[in-house]
Amino acid sequence: MITDLSHDLALDTGAPVNISRRRFLMAAAGASAGAFVLGFGLPIGQARAEGAVVTPGTRVAAFLEIRADGTIRLQSPFVEGGQGIFTAMAQIVGEELDADPATFVVENASPGPDYKVMGTGAGRRITGGSNSVRSSYATMRRLGASARAMLVQAAALQWGVPVGELTTAPGHVIHAASHRSLAYGELAKTALDLPVPAPETVVLKDKAQFRWIGKSVARLDVRAKSTGKAAYAIDAKVPGMVHAAVQHAPRFGMEPDSIGNADAIRAMPGVHSVHLLPGCVAVVAERFWHARRAVEAARVNWREPADPAAIRAMPADFSTEGFAARLAAADGPGDVAEHVGDAAHAMTTAASVIRATYQSQFLNHAQLEPPSALARFNADGTLDVWLANQAPDLFVADIAQRTGLTAENIALHSPMIGGFFGRHFKYAGASPYPQAIALAKAVGRPVKVIWTREEEFLRDTLRPMAVVQFRAGLDAAGLPVAIEAFSACEGPGEGQANRRGDKLDAAALEGVTGKQYAIPHRHIAQRYVKSPMALGYWRSVGHSMNDFFYECFLDEIADKGGKDPYDLRLHLLADNRRLSTLLKAVAEASGGWKAGPYVAPDGSRRARGVAMASPFGSETAAIAEVSIEGGEVKVHDIWQAIDPGTVVNPAIVAAQVTGASALALSQLLVETAVYRDGVPVARNFDGYQVLRPDRMARVHTRIVESGEKMGGIGEPGLPAVPPAVANAVSRLTGKRVRAMPLAGQTVNA
Amino acid sequence: MIKLHVNGTLHTIDAEGETPLLWVIRDNLGMTGTKYGCGIAQCGACSVMIDGVVTRSCVTPVESVADKAITTIEGIEQDPVGRRVVEAWVRHQVPQCGYCQSGQVMAATSLIKAKAHPTDDDINAAMINLCRCGTYTTIRAAVHDLAGSAEHAA
Repeated sequence: MITDLSHDLALDTGAPVNISRRRFLMAAAGASAGAFVLGFGLPIGQARAEGAVVTPGTRVAAFLEIRADGTIRLQSPFVEGGQGIFTAMAQIVGEELDADPATFVVENASPGPDYKVMGTGAGRRITGGSNSVRSSYATMRRLGASARAMLVQAAALQWGVPVGELTTAPGHVIHAASHRSLAYGELAKTALDLPVPAPETVVLKDKAQFRWIGKSVARLDVRAKSTGKAAYAIDAKVPGMVHAAVQHAPRFGMEPDSIGNADAIRAMPGVHSVHLLPGCVAVVAERFWHARRAVEAARVNWREPADPAAIRAMPADFSTEGFAARLAAADGPGDVAEHVGDAAHAMTTAASVIRATYQSQFLNHAQLEPPSALARFNADGTLDVWLANQAPDLFVADIAQRTGLTAENIALHSPMIGGFFGRHFKYAGASPYPQAIALAKAVGRPVKVIWTREEEFLRDTLRPMAVVQFRAGLDAAGLPVAIEAFSACEGPGEGQANRRGDKLDAAALEGVTGKQYAIPHRHIAQRYVKSPMALGYWRSVGHSMNDFFYECFLDEIADKGGKDPYDLRLHLLADNRRLSTLLKAVAEASGGWKAGPYVAPDGSRRARGVAMASPFGSETAAIAEVSIEGGEVKVHDIWQAIDPGTVVNPAIVAAQVTGASALALSQLLVETAVYRDGVPVARNFDGYQVLRPDRMARVHTRIVESGEKMGGIGEPGLPAVPPAVANAVSRLTGKRVRAMPLAGQTVNA
Repeated sequence: MIKLHVNGTLHTIDAEGETPLLWVIRDNLGMTGTKYGCGIAQCGACSVMIDGVVTRSCVTPVESVADKAITTIEGIEQDPVGRRVVEAWVRHQVPQCGYCQSGQVMAATSLIKAKAHPTDDDINAAMINLCRCGTYTTIRAAVHDLAGSAEHAA
């Protein structure tokens, strides 16, 4: 029997009420609802075949189980990694189901067609792009409403009364005329066997009736996460399991030829076996500590790849310093990403022209849970894998390819994630599941591989580095008439493909493109510079650096034109009601705009900066207040206004904006991934700096609900913060900040 | 064989004396609430209490704590201060991904046990564990709540 990973929420929910059908349906959906499902049900292959014809997000029984005690178990298409999605899903479904979100137990659904609820057509399923709520909002509401209709129908049948005489109150169906009421838990057995109502018959609530959507409902997972009961992939265990640790090739693409001291390694305490695997050596042991000690003692003879270009191998002469110089030296017209008017000509007629060059750094994800994977081959030829991931169906497809198993014979369990920030998409060589699978096959026992922090920092994918050359033309009144940006970089998609695509990688320049300011002539282009670095998506992706570049240069334009940076933005947004409202909102939240420098009550000299961003369908504006203490920037307060159109949970929005602000401060103040001789200089938190508590600022979030199309929440809180802070620092010091991080740069007030 | 007192229960452990306490707790005892984050006492995810004092178990040889009272997150609510800290964490909705929070709760419990009304400086000195989700300000608010003090402007 499997040690159950489904108890993330630490709620003892008792036995399911309608176990026979539920078991079949849960297995059909490939759902990992716990030991009782994993141990029973249809052969998975047969069930999947049945599941293949469904329209995603419509089969109520694939998503919901209502237990006798009223507990509602919901299979979420999106994984919880701290962003609060399980709670949001419970709010959205609960709203239309008429059930208190607090009665929900939410789990990450297994792979399968039911859960590809993002968008229309074939559908897809990732947790990323700040897309979860906005892509599935209507579908998940309809799902809840369908389930409610089925419960009402079941009550009508039981009581022999017309459906029209029935209403619901949270968790109950009510027949007012006869003063009768039935709890959902009492009706579930019948209700979930009823046909799902036709979509056109399902009526959604009016927004004015919302009881939970739009409210700061308490998160469902905080108690479990405050008492150590939340279980992550690294905590997975099954009977008979052994542990494995790996030593990765120092540079990606190298392969192990042999281990010089293999016999000595095998003789170390607790060692079960030693293995050469693609790109690493591994030691299997009964205890992880034994595996780790042994594998770290291995003296491996590595060989260079035969065809380095084919696999994006890391060469021995790569350095981030050298690559930054290559980016800075890139020239030529590049590929046009945005072109409006005639910027080149406008420059020639401008009253004045300014230029500036900006630079960003590579960044690690540095999520606190190191990668791990547990693999188990079962007697019936099926395979179970436990893995932190943001795209279960993609991983299953890859595992199928690697093992020769059909997808139907692979059960992927995706527990909640100890922070992801983009870390757990499917990146080549960046996840331990191929190792766990190979080792489980080799040793004939379940194997859990844990990457030490050092091994993780060797195989993490990084946020790209860019160098952007700006030019702006100003008219006689000091207003910008033209802006040009040439960004030398390689986008994360280009990095993963290891080639330039047919189209531009939108994630490369987003945030330099897509700005809303009324500058009549604009020309934005990418100078593609290939690197050997493994690139990934990092919270807010291209926006994480590009809004820094643009918004800081916009302040330079303001300076050049003799304008206040806030006034200039308002002027350039005069015809954009949504964004001028937002900008005024953040100014008001901060007590009224003032750039400074000024002397604060504690005697420190301070200044403020402002910046805006349009990330992931939302709009943001931030103001930051800084001083300089002991040669370091101290960020006191960040005010951030966010307009995601409509919100589901204001408290979670505030938490996400605060958390994103912390990551933003981290990259601006301290964080950088440096490579020399093809290897990362820092491989743990002693060398790789992330924001520590003493550098955190107070964050004040103001939510503006414009009612526009719903935007994202997880990432949008990041991009406006680095430029707001950098602009404040520039204001205070009189010296422009043009590169991240500030660590290593001299700042003097 | 090493005898360990964990959350009031005596365990007999088969491990080399230099094995880090973290891996004994996680692998030998199967208690996975205590987290591995860095292994070099930088992040604090592995924090436990040894005789009531917060300690980073990833660099603590198990033999060094054989006769000590070890509290892990699984035992936190047996401690009256620990219970208060957990309630404050829930009240303030501190965790996001939650991975560092076992260690954060340990650090806060140790602090309040040592000093019921810590100053800002005490809090700054004690609450130094890393959190990549950026819950630092919420943690601070929860600790101030426990300490019965207002946060001071900085």
